[in-house]
Amino acid sequence: MSELRDFVMPSLGADMDAGTLLEWRVKPGDRVSKGDIVAVIETDKAAVEIECFMTGAVERLIAEKGTKISVGTPMMQVRVEGDTSAKPVGQQVLQPTPTPVVAKEVAPPTPTPAATIEAGGVRASPAAKRRARALNVSLATLKGSGQDGAITIEDVEKAGRAPRRDMRGAIAALMERSKREIPHYYLAHDIDMTNALAWLEALNERVDVSERMIPAALFLKAVAVAARAVTAMNGSYAGDRFEPSANVHLGVAVSLREGGLLVPAIHDVDKKTPREVMSALSDVVERARRGMLRGSELTDATLTVTNLGEAGADTVYGVIFPPQVAIVGLGRVTERPAAVEGKVAVRSFVTATVAADHRASDGHLGARFLAAIERALQAPEAL
Amino acid sequence: MKTEEHSPEMKIDLLRQMLRIRRFEEKAAELYSAAKIRGFLHLYIGQEAIAAGAMRALTAEDAVVSTYREHGHALARGVAAAAIMAEMYGKAEGCCHGRGGSMHLFDVSKRFYGGNAIVAGGLPLALGLALADKLAGRARVTACFFGDGAVAEGEFHETMNLAVLWKLPLLLLCENNLYAMGTAIARALSETDLCKKAESYRMPAERIDGMDALAVAVASADATAAVRAGEGPRFLELTTYRFRPHSMFDPDLYRDKAEIAEWKKRDPLPRHIGRLKEEGLLDAAKIDAIERAVADELAQAVAFADAGTLEPVESLTRDVYARTP
Amino acid sequence: MTKLNYREALRDGLRDALVREPRAFLMGLDVGRYGGTYAVSRGLLEELGPERVRDTPLSESAFVGAGIGAAIGGLLPIVEIMTVNFSLLALDQIMNNAATLRHMTGGQLAVPLVIRMTTGAGRQLAAQHSHSLEGWYAHIPGLRILAPATVEDARGMLWTALMDPDPVLIFEHAALFGLEAELEGAVTPVDIDHAKIRRAGKHVSLVTYGGTLHKTLAAAETLAKDGIDAEVIDLRSLRPLDTETIIASVKKTRRAVIIDEGWRSGSLSAEISARVMEQAFYDLDAPVERVCTAEVPIPYAKQLEEAALPQPETIVQAARKTVGTHV
Repeated sequence: MSELRDFVMPSLGADMDAGTLLEWRVKPGDRVSKGDIVAVIETDKAAVEIECFMTGAVERLIAEKGTKISVGTPMMQVRVEGDTSAKPVGQQVLQPTPTPVVAKEVAPPTPTPAATIEAGGVRASPAAKRRARALNVSLATLKGSGQDGAITIEDVEKAGRAPRRDMRGAIAALMERSKREIPHYYLAHDIDMTNALAWLEALNERVDVSERMIPAALFLKAVAVAARAVTAMNGSYAGDRFEPSANVHLGVAVSLREGGLLVPAIHDVDKKTPREVMSALSDVVERARRGMLRGSELTDATLTVTNLGEAGADTVYGVIFPPQVAIVGLGRVTERPAAVEGKVAVRSFVTATVAADHRASDGHLGARFLAAIERALQAPEAL
Repeated sequence: MKTEEHSPEMKIDLLRQMLRIRRFEEKAAELYSAAKIRGFLHLYIGQEAIAAGAMRALTAEDAVVSTYREHGHALARGVAAAAIMAEMYGKAEGCCHGRGGSMHLFDVSKRFYGGNAIVAGGLPLALGLALADKLAGRARVTACFFGDGAVAEGEFHETMNLAVLWKLPLLLLCENNLYAMGTAIARALSETDLCKKAESYRMPAERIDGMDALAVAVASADATAAVRAGEGPRFLELTTYRFRPHSMFDPDLYRDKAEIAEWKKRDPLPRHIGRLKEEGLLDAAKIDAIERAVADELAQAVAFADAGTLEPVESLTRDVYARTP
Repeated sequence: MTKLNYREALRDGLRDALVREPRAFLMGLDVGRYGGTYAVSRGLLEELGPERVRDTPLSESAFVGAGIGAAIGGLLPIVEIMTVNFSLLALDQIMNNAATLRHMTGGQLAVPLVIRMTTGAGRQLAAQHSHSLEGWYAHIPGLRILAPATVEDARGMLWTALMDPDPVLIFEHAALFGLEAELEGAVTPVDIDHAKIRRAGKHVSLVTYGGTLHKTLAAAETLAKDGIDAEVIDLRSLRPLDTETIIASVKKTRRAVIIDEGWRSGSLSAEISARVMEQAFYDLDAPVERVCTAEVPIPYAKQLEEAALPQPETIVQAARKTVGTHV
């Protein structure tokens, strides 16, 4: 029994990929035994004699002297006779039993929130950047108080949310300054809301509950329209002069459940439909209560409206938020007897007030402003 | 040595052990060339008489500490050939679950403590095993194999000193194959008489022909008996020669071919076979029977390793600590 | 309550372990007749005999290796290497045997060995006797590395370490031996798995261990006067590191300073800093600061040595830097 087998380039180490055949020590027809040196190869280390692991006769030399041969490539063929060691002669082969392995618990990688790269090389801490994204605060507008002027999480929070802890102090300081610096004058005017409310009711009947509008949205739009007409109420007083604003950003006083007050602005109310004002109002009130306001919303108002009707007050005289020059107060809507076309009728009224800065305007402008609000409310469909 | 240990069975067994090692090593070289076995592979061919002879002196209770040229010691100690081969294949069924490879064969059930691949690093370990036995009052012996290369290391001298100072049950078996990797002993040691070094530590020492299995068996038995009797450590210098290069990728440039050929004339296998034939204990048929049994065991070991499974990668960090963190 | 210093606490812990556990024995240079280089084992030879309190010659590699051998032979050796500086002579045994045997044997062997040594600088002992290499050892899988920084830990860590099935290296800082504290009477084992918050605070986490703990606590007091409320974490175990405690603290304070008597490059402080970056990056409000030993062999002259080592002032500076102008 004989069999033709390949003799291949041996692997003498994990770092050996190939060898160059320097010399054959056998020729076809030669007998070779296991352990005989059959060739010399050049490796990266040195010339090495390589041995044969077969016993038999050299049938054919394949590799040529001087050629580089990869590990595992046949170099010659040997006719092997009666090999005893290749296969188990014995009965059964030992069957390996795999050892049970206690699998190590591998924790899945925790997904890390991807950082948004802040444009313009703003130096902010990773924590600050993350919080800024959550609060929608622009880092570019902030001044850092951290290491080498880096913006920290505190800086972001200060901008993104009125600092709750010191809110009372902040309100006190602002109101004190207002009363100290601003010569207020006050005007009040009762406005018949009957038509406006009827229009509103008809509107709300046609829409889904979530779409319904409350009178506050109408009031705001009416105030914005009036502010467009009487520009002396809308703007800021600074450096001894009044600067009217081109935009009407209405500050809305929002009282917080845990106490205190925030006055976020709804931008460009004059350009919004009452429905848009309504949704902006809901959004800003909700975010004010969650402490999620943008920094700009707390500083952008050009005129403020405070509505204490829900709280039960009939008439509200506000204190102006510097540097603004006026604040509109709205009380409770009440039914009152009124003379209509010579007859007494029950009508719905609200008392609208304005507290205005006498440095920026005089009383007659204030009166015209209130009248403009009334006018707007009489034609709600035009709002 | 007691006469019954000179029995024909004992002499035949020496042959069987040497053949097991020789054939295993030859196969390992082949499998390495075929890239089945990787890492470093240090073969024991030429030195088989020492493992075969010395291991006979030990009981199952004794401990064995070896080097990275330890396949022969492991086989002679009774570590299953299949588990050794599977370990060299890096398989889960290997004696160390593929964590050790050729240089780190361990089998605690056989009190076989490696498989230590830092030259002389096993000596202090053996010292400690012997110390534990002494402190626990157990009449056990720790046998430590090492080469002439280890003699140049500080750990050898520290261990020699402490073993005598503390009178520990330690048998130190120095296999002097004349080369520390590629450095001839005369180029490494100012004093090449290793027994003198042992004597300088007041350790009884003897030089034995390590190519003669029977001589090794007799000397080891005597030394072990003395150690076991509480007489303190013993040192045996076993002169020998490795027929193959230091490792597989060693071009063997530092030895004369003539020197190797000269030593091969003293090959412990033909020598032992010749003696047994002379004594009428062996004939061709008996040799053939032993060879076949050895070939069978080896073939099964290779088949076992080939059929073995790979350790799952999930088990990577197992057995670093008692509790996997 | 008894007043105890660190040295006495180590001795109490050692004595307690040897008396309670018959498999335990102490081995090392001058641990017996001399009474221990730092007098930690004074009186133990007389009480327990030369087999349990075993003097060794200057053969660090052999007696550490013998400890490993004895551990796999069924005993619970406590090996004392006088100082970390000499542990380098036994590094082969620690790294190539103690740390590897369990894994290399596929879980067949355990090495329940404790190696104690002093560590650290601060006593004008110059370059060869002032190393803090515990961070090096903490690099090695298979070892547990402990650094008792308090009298209580000095007394209680040994027992916990001895009961651990893996090799444990305990680094006792040489500058702490006179440290005093009031302790309850009996030796009580302490947890070696977790770091301990030694001072709670909210503005910055000061992470340290061993000899620099007390400098760090002093720094925290200084910072408190400026309104900076620092949290001080004593790692206690350098390997494995209690990353959870560190990260939880940093997530709270958003700032971290690591104080490590080792050299900065490739150090334990670098490892901790990396973990903070990996696990708390988005919670940080300032880069992690490190206060380490200057990268010089420790000089002899007092003022030079002091300048080389972490000091309360440098810790305060680093902490202030992370806080910026906030507090």
